[in-house]
Amino acid sequence: MSEQEHEHEHNYGKVYLILLVLLAVSILGPMLEIQVVTLITAFGIAGVKALLVARKFMHINEAPKFISYLMTTCLVFMMLFFAGVSPDVMESSGDNWKKNLKMWLYSPPPAHHASHDPEGHGSGGH
Amino acid sequence: MRPIATTRSASGMPTGLLAVWWVVASEIVIFGGLLASYLMYRLSHDSWSEQAANTNTAIGATNTFVLLTSSFLAVSAHAAAEKGDGKKAARYLWYTIGGAATFVAIKSYEWYTEISHGFTITSNTFWSFYYTAAGIHALHVIAGAFIMAIVAREAAKGLELHRVELIGIYWHFVDIVWIFLFPLLYIAK
Repeated sequence: MSEQEHEHEHNYGKVYLILLVLLAVSILGPMLEIQVVTLITAFGIAGVKALLVARKFMHINEAPKFISYLMTTCLVFMMLFFAGVSPDVMESSGDNWKKNLKMWLYSPPPAHHASHDPEGHGSGGH
Repeated sequence: MRPIATTRSASGMPTGLLAVWWVVASEIVIFGGLLASYLMYRLSHDSWSEQAANTNTAIGATNTFVLLTSSFLAVSAHAAAEKGDGKKAARYLWYTIGGAATFVAIKSYEWYTEISHGFTITSNTFWSFYYTAAGIHALHVIAGAFIMAIVAREAAKGLELHRVELIGIYWHFVDIVWIFLFPLLYIAK
Protein backbone atom coordinates (compact mmCIF):
# COMPACT_ATOMS: atom_id res chain seq x y z
CA MET A 1 0.00 0.00 0.00
CA SER A 2 1.42 3.39 -0.96
CA GLU A 3 1.84 6.05 1.71
CA GLN A 4 -0.78 8.26 0.05
CA GLU A 5 -3.37 5.43 0.01
CA HIS A 6 -2.65 4.65 3.65
CA GLU A 7 -3.08 8.32 4.55
CA HIS A 8 -6.38 8.45 2.59
CA GLU A 9 -7.82 5.50 4.50
CA HIS A 10 -6.64 6.91 7.80
CA ASN A 11 -8.30 10.22 6.89
CA TYR A 12 -11.64 8.54 6.09
CA GLY A 13 -11.83 7.25 9.66
CA LYS A 14 -10.92 10.65 11.05
CA VAL A 15 -13.48 12.43 8.85
CA TYR A 16 -16.17 9.94 9.94
CA LEU A 17 -15.42 10.63 13.61
CA ILE A 18 -15.55 14.41 13.01
CA LEU A 19 -18.92 13.96 11.26
CA LEU A 20 -20.28 12.04 14.27
CA VAL A 21 -19.08 14.74 16.68
CA LEU A 22 -20.72 17.41 14.49
CA LEU A 23 -23.95 15.37 14.46
CA ALA A 24 -23.91 15.26 18.27
CA VAL A 25 -23.39 19.05 18.44
CA SER A 26 -26.22 19.67 15.94
CA ILE A 27 -28.58 17.67 18.18
CA LEU A 28 -27.43 19.09 21.52
CA GLY A 29 -27.09 22.76 20.42
CA PRO A 30 -30.81 23.37 19.70
CA MET A 31 -31.70 21.90 23.12
CA LEU A 32 -30.49 25.19 24.64
CA GLU A 33 -33.46 26.81 22.84
CA ILE A 34 -31.49 29.93 21.92
CA GLN A 35 -32.35 30.90 18.34
CA VAL A 36 -28.83 31.97 17.31
CA VAL A 37 -27.30 28.81 18.77
CA THR A 38 -29.93 26.68 16.99
CA LEU A 39 -29.21 28.39 13.67
CA ILE A 40 -25.46 27.92 14.01
CA THR A 41 -25.47 24.39 15.42
CA ALA A 42 -28.23 22.98 13.22
CA PHE A 43 -27.82 24.76 9.89
CA GLY A 44 -24.22 26.01 10.11
CA ILE A 45 -22.99 22.56 11.07
CA ALA A 46 -25.11 20.97 8.30
CA GLY A 47 -23.14 23.12 5.83
CA VAL A 48 -19.82 22.03 7.37
CA LYS A 49 -20.87 18.35 7.31
CA ALA A 50 -21.95 18.62 3.66
CA LEU A 51 -18.66 20.27 2.73
CA LEU A 52 -16.67 17.57 4.53
CA VAL A 53 -18.57 14.79 2.73
CA ALA A 54 -18.17 16.53 -0.65
CA ARG A 55 -14.43 17.15 -0.23
CA LYS A 56 -13.25 14.11 1.70
CA PHE A 57 -15.65 11.36 0.54
CA MET A 58 -16.72 12.54 -2.93
CA HIS A 59 -13.23 13.96 -3.62
CA ILE A 60 -14.75 16.92 -5.45
CA ASN A 61 -11.51 18.88 -4.96
CA GLU A 62 -9.58 16.15 -6.80
CA ALA A 63 -11.97 16.23 -9.79
CA PRO A 64 -11.31 18.69 -12.65
CA LYS A 65 -12.15 22.28 -11.69
CA PHE A 66 -15.15 22.44 -14.04
CA ILE A 67 -16.99 19.89 -11.88
CA SER A 68 -16.98 22.31 -8.92
CA TYR A 69 -18.07 25.13 -11.27
CA LEU A 70 -20.88 22.94 -12.62
CA MET A 71 -22.21 22.16 -9.14
CA THR A 72 -21.91 25.78 -8.01
CA THR A 73 -23.66 27.05 -11.15
CA CYS A 74 -26.63 24.70 -10.59
CA LEU A 75 -26.87 25.78 -6.97
CA VAL A 76 -26.56 29.50 -7.68
CA PHE A 77 -29.13 29.52 -10.53
CA MET A 78 -31.57 27.53 -8.42
CA MET A 79 -31.13 30.00 -5.54
CA LEU A 80 -31.48 32.99 -7.90
CA PHE A 81 -34.78 31.62 -9.17
CA PHE A 82 -36.08 31.15 -5.64
CA ALA A 83 -34.84 34.59 -4.56
CA GLY A 84 -36.86 35.99 -7.49
CA VAL A 85 -40.12 34.34 -6.52
CA SER A 86 -39.72 34.52 -2.74
CA PRO A 87 -41.50 37.92 -2.32
CA ASP A 88 -44.61 36.46 -3.99
CA VAL A 89 -44.58 33.51 -1.61
CA MET A 90 -43.43 35.12 1.61
CA GLU A 91 -45.06 38.57 1.51
CA SER A 92 -48.77 39.32 1.58
CA SER A 93 -48.43 42.78 -0.03
CA GLY A 94 -45.94 45.04 -1.78
CA ASP A 95 -45.74 48.08 -4.08
CA ASN A 96 -48.96 48.12 -6.15
CA TRP A 97 -49.99 44.57 -5.24
CA LYS A 98 -51.78 42.74 -2.49
CA LYS A 99 -52.30 39.01 -2.04
CA ASN A 100 -56.00 38.22 -2.12
CA LEU A 101 -56.48 35.30 0.24
CA LYS A 102 -59.92 34.53 -1.29
CA MET A 103 -58.14 33.74 -4.57
CA TRP A 104 -56.34 30.92 -2.78
CA LEU A 105 -59.62 29.19 -1.92
CA TYR A 106 -61.09 26.76 -4.38
CA SER A 107 -64.24 27.84 -6.15
CA PRO A 108 -65.95 25.78 -8.87
CA PRO A 109 -65.80 27.16 -12.45
CA PRO A 110 -68.49 29.82 -13.24
CA ALA A 111 -69.94 27.78 -16.12
CA HIS A 112 -70.75 25.01 -13.68
CA HIS A 113 -72.75 27.46 -11.53
CA ALA A 114 -74.61 28.92 -14.49
CA SER A 115 -75.86 25.56 -15.72
CA HIS A 116 -77.36 24.81 -12.28
CA ASP A 117 -78.89 28.24 -11.69
CA PRO A 118 -82.64 27.88 -12.34
CA GLU A 119 -83.13 31.67 -12.61
CA GLY A 120 -80.16 32.12 -14.98
CA HIS A 121 -78.34 34.69 -12.80
CA GLY A 122 -74.89 33.37 -13.67
CA SER A 123 -72.18 32.77 -11.09
CA GLY A 124 -72.70 35.80 -8.89
CA GLY A 125 -73.59 35.57 -5.22
CA HIS A 126 -71.53 32.49 -4.34
CA MET B 1 -20.00 -4.72 -31.17
CA ARG B 2 -19.59 -0.97 -31.53
CA PRO B 3 -16.77 0.60 -29.53
CA ILE B 4 -17.78 2.57 -26.45
CA ALA B 5 -16.08 5.83 -25.48
CA THR B 6 -14.81 5.18 -21.96
CA THR B 7 -12.87 8.42 -21.59
CA ARG B 8 -13.68 11.95 -22.67
CA SER B 9 -10.61 13.77 -23.91
CA ALA B 10 -12.34 17.17 -23.59
CA SER B 11 -13.23 16.70 -19.92
CA GLY B 12 -10.18 14.59 -19.07
CA MET B 13 -12.17 12.10 -17.06
CA PRO B 14 -13.90 8.72 -17.61
CA THR B 15 -17.35 8.92 -19.24
CA GLY B 16 -19.05 7.17 -16.32
CA LEU B 17 -17.58 9.60 -13.80
CA LEU B 18 -18.66 12.58 -15.89
CA ALA B 19 -22.18 11.09 -16.16
CA VAL B 20 -22.46 10.66 -12.39
CA TRP B 21 -21.43 14.28 -11.81
CA TRP B 22 -24.13 15.35 -14.30
CA VAL B 23 -26.67 13.29 -12.35
CA VAL B 24 -25.55 14.99 -9.14
CA ALA B 25 -25.84 18.42 -10.82
CA SER B 26 -29.45 17.69 -11.83
CA GLU B 27 -30.23 16.35 -8.35
CA ILE B 28 -28.93 19.59 -6.82
CA VAL B 29 -31.70 21.43 -8.66
CA ILE B 30 -34.36 18.86 -7.71
CA PHE B 31 -33.58 18.67 -3.99
CA GLY B 32 -32.37 22.28 -3.79
CA GLY B 33 -35.71 23.43 -5.22
CA LEU B 34 -37.64 21.28 -2.79
CA LEU B 35 -35.65 22.49 0.22
CA ALA B 36 -35.80 26.14 -0.88
CA SER B 37 -39.60 25.90 -1.30
CA TYR B 38 -39.89 24.35 2.15
CA LEU B 39 -37.74 27.08 3.67
CA MET B 40 -39.77 29.87 2.06
CA TYR B 41 -43.07 28.48 3.32
CA ARG B 42 -41.62 27.60 6.74
CA LEU B 43 -40.30 31.15 7.25
CA SER B 44 -43.62 32.73 6.28
CA HIS B 45 -45.82 30.34 8.32
CA ASP B 46 -45.00 30.40 12.02
CA SER B 47 -47.75 27.88 12.67
CA TRP B 48 -45.64 25.20 10.96
CA SER B 49 -43.50 24.97 14.11
CA GLU B 50 -46.50 23.41 15.88
CA GLN B 51 -46.65 20.73 13.19
CA ALA B 52 -42.86 20.27 13.11
CA ALA B 53 -42.97 19.63 16.88
CA ASN B 54 -44.60 16.29 16.05
CA THR B 55 -41.61 14.90 14.14
CA ASN B 56 -39.36 12.54 16.10
CA THR B 57 -35.84 14.02 16.53
CA ALA B 58 -34.40 10.77 17.96
CA ILE B 59 -35.49 8.83 14.87
CA GLY B 60 -34.16 11.56 12.54
CA ALA B 61 -30.82 11.59 14.40
CA THR B 62 -30.58 7.79 14.26
CA ASN B 63 -31.15 7.85 10.51
CA THR B 64 -28.50 10.57 10.13
CA PHE B 65 -26.06 8.35 12.03
CA VAL B 66 -26.99 5.38 9.78
CA LEU B 67 -26.44 7.39 6.58
CA LEU B 68 -23.12 8.90 7.76
CA THR B 69 -21.92 5.40 8.64
CA SER B 70 -23.05 4.03 5.27
CA SER B 71 -21.18 6.88 3.55
CA PHE B 72 -18.02 5.91 5.44
CA LEU B 73 -18.53 2.29 4.34
CA ALA B 74 -19.04 3.38 0.72
CA VAL B 75 -15.80 5.38 0.71
CA SER B 76 -14.02 2.38 2.30
CA ALA B 77 -15.32 0.26 -0.61
CA HIS B 78 -13.85 2.84 -2.98
CA ALA B 79 -10.47 2.65 -1.21
CA ALA B 80 -10.51 -1.16 -1.52
CA ALA B 81 -11.45 -0.95 -5.22
CA GLU B 82 -8.58 1.47 -5.85
CA LYS B 83 -6.21 -1.18 -4.48
CA GLY B 84 -7.79 -3.72 -6.82
CA ASP B 85 -9.33 -5.73 -3.97
CA GLY B 86 -12.75 -6.47 -5.50
CA LYS B 87 -13.85 -8.88 -2.78
CA LYS B 88 -13.21 -6.35 -0.01
CA ALA B 89 -14.89 -3.61 -2.02
CA ALA B 90 -17.95 -5.82 -2.54
CA ARG B 91 -18.09 -6.64 1.16
CA TYR B 92 -18.08 -2.93 2.08
CA LEU B 93 -20.76 -2.26 -0.54
CA TRP B 94 -22.98 -4.94 1.02
CA TYR B 95 -22.48 -3.31 4.43
CA THR B 96 -23.55 -0.02 2.81
CA ILE B 97 -26.66 -1.73 1.43
CA GLY B 98 -27.30 -2.93 5.00
CA GLY B 99 -27.19 0.73 6.04
CA ALA B 100 -29.70 1.60 3.31
CA ALA B 101 -32.02 -1.20 4.47
CA THR B 102 -31.75 0.01 8.08
CA PHE B 103 -32.55 3.57 7.00
CA VAL B 104 -35.65 2.46 5.07
CA ALA B 105 -36.80 0.19 7.93
CA ILE B 106 -36.51 3.05 10.45
CA LYS B 107 -38.28 5.43 8.05
CA SER B 108 -41.11 2.93 7.55
CA TYR B 109 -41.59 2.61 11.32
CA GLU B 110 -41.52 6.41 11.65
CA TRP B 111 -44.11 6.93 8.91
CA TYR B 112 -46.31 4.15 10.31
CA THR B 113 -46.30 5.90 13.70
CA GLU B 114 -47.00 9.32 12.21
CA ILE B 115 -49.79 8.10 9.93
CA SER B 116 -51.42 6.19 12.79
CA HIS B 117 -51.39 9.45 14.78
CA GLY B 118 -53.31 11.13 11.95
CA PHE B 119 -50.42 13.00 10.30
CA THR B 120 -50.83 12.14 6.62
CA ILE B 121 -49.67 13.76 3.38
CA THR B 122 -53.06 15.52 3.09
CA SER B 123 -53.18 16.79 6.71
CA ASN B 124 -51.71 20.19 5.82
CA THR B 125 -48.94 21.82 3.78
CA PHE B 126 -46.21 21.04 6.34
CA TRP B 127 -46.93 17.31 6.21
CA SER B 128 -47.23 17.46 2.40
CA PHE B 129 -43.69 18.87 2.26
CA TYR B 130 -42.49 16.42 4.90
CA TYR B 131 -43.73 13.29 3.10
CA THR B 132 -42.73 14.57 -0.35
CA ALA B 133 -39.15 15.53 0.62
CA ALA B 134 -38.51 12.47 2.82
CA GLY B 135 -40.30 10.21 0.31
CA ILE B 136 -38.26 11.35 -2.71
CA HIS B 137 -35.11 11.00 -0.62
CA ALA B 138 -36.09 7.47 0.49
CA LEU B 139 -36.70 6.52 -3.16
CA HIS B 140 -33.14 7.67 -3.94
CA VAL B 141 -31.87 5.50 -1.07
CA ILE B 142 -33.74 2.46 -2.42
CA ALA B 143 -32.57 3.07 -6.01
CA GLY B 144 -28.97 3.53 -4.79
CA ALA B 145 -29.12 0.26 -2.85
CA PHE B 146 -30.31 -1.64 -5.94
CA ILE B 147 -27.56 -0.18 -8.14
CA MET B 148 -25.01 -0.87 -5.40
CA ALA B 149 -26.06 -4.54 -5.31
CA ILE B 150 -25.40 -4.82 -9.06
CA VAL B 151 -22.00 -3.10 -8.68
CA ALA B 152 -21.11 -5.29 -5.66
CA ARG B 153 -21.90 -8.50 -7.58
CA GLU B 154 -19.52 -7.50 -10.37
CA ALA B 155 -16.88 -6.16 -7.96
CA ALA B 156 -16.79 -9.50 -6.07
CA LYS B 157 -15.62 -11.08 -9.36
CA GLY B 158 -13.01 -8.32 -9.76
CA LEU B 159 -14.96 -6.74 -12.65
CA GLU B 160 -15.79 -3.07 -13.34
CA LEU B 161 -14.13 -1.86 -10.14
CA HIS B 162 -14.26 1.77 -11.32
CA ARG B 163 -18.04 1.64 -10.79
CA VAL B 164 -17.50 1.43 -7.02
CA GLU B 165 -16.38 5.07 -7.05
CA LEU B 166 -19.33 6.10 -9.25
CA ILE B 167 -22.03 4.63 -7.00
CA GLY B 168 -20.10 6.05 -4.04
CA ILE B 169 -20.38 9.61 -5.38
CA TYR B 170 -24.14 9.18 -5.82
CA TRP B 171 -24.44 7.70 -2.33
CA HIS B 172 -22.53 10.55 -0.69
CA PHE B 173 -24.82 13.03 -2.44
CA VAL B 174 -27.88 11.23 -1.02
CA ASP B 175 -26.18 11.55 2.38
CA ILE B 176 -25.64 15.30 1.85
CA VAL B 177 -29.35 15.78 1.05
CA TRP B 178 -30.28 14.09 4.33
CA ILE B 179 -27.73 16.24 6.21
CA PHE B 180 -29.89 19.25 5.20
CA LEU B 181 -33.26 17.54 5.58
CA PHE B 182 -32.48 16.56 9.17
CA PRO B 183 -32.25 20.07 10.68
CA LEU B 184 -35.08 21.36 8.47
CA LEU B 185 -37.62 18.68 9.37
CA TYR B 186 -36.49 17.52 12.81
CA ILE B 187 -34.50 20.27 14.55
CA ALA B 188 -36.15 23.59 13.58
CA LYS B 189 -39.28 23.41 15.73
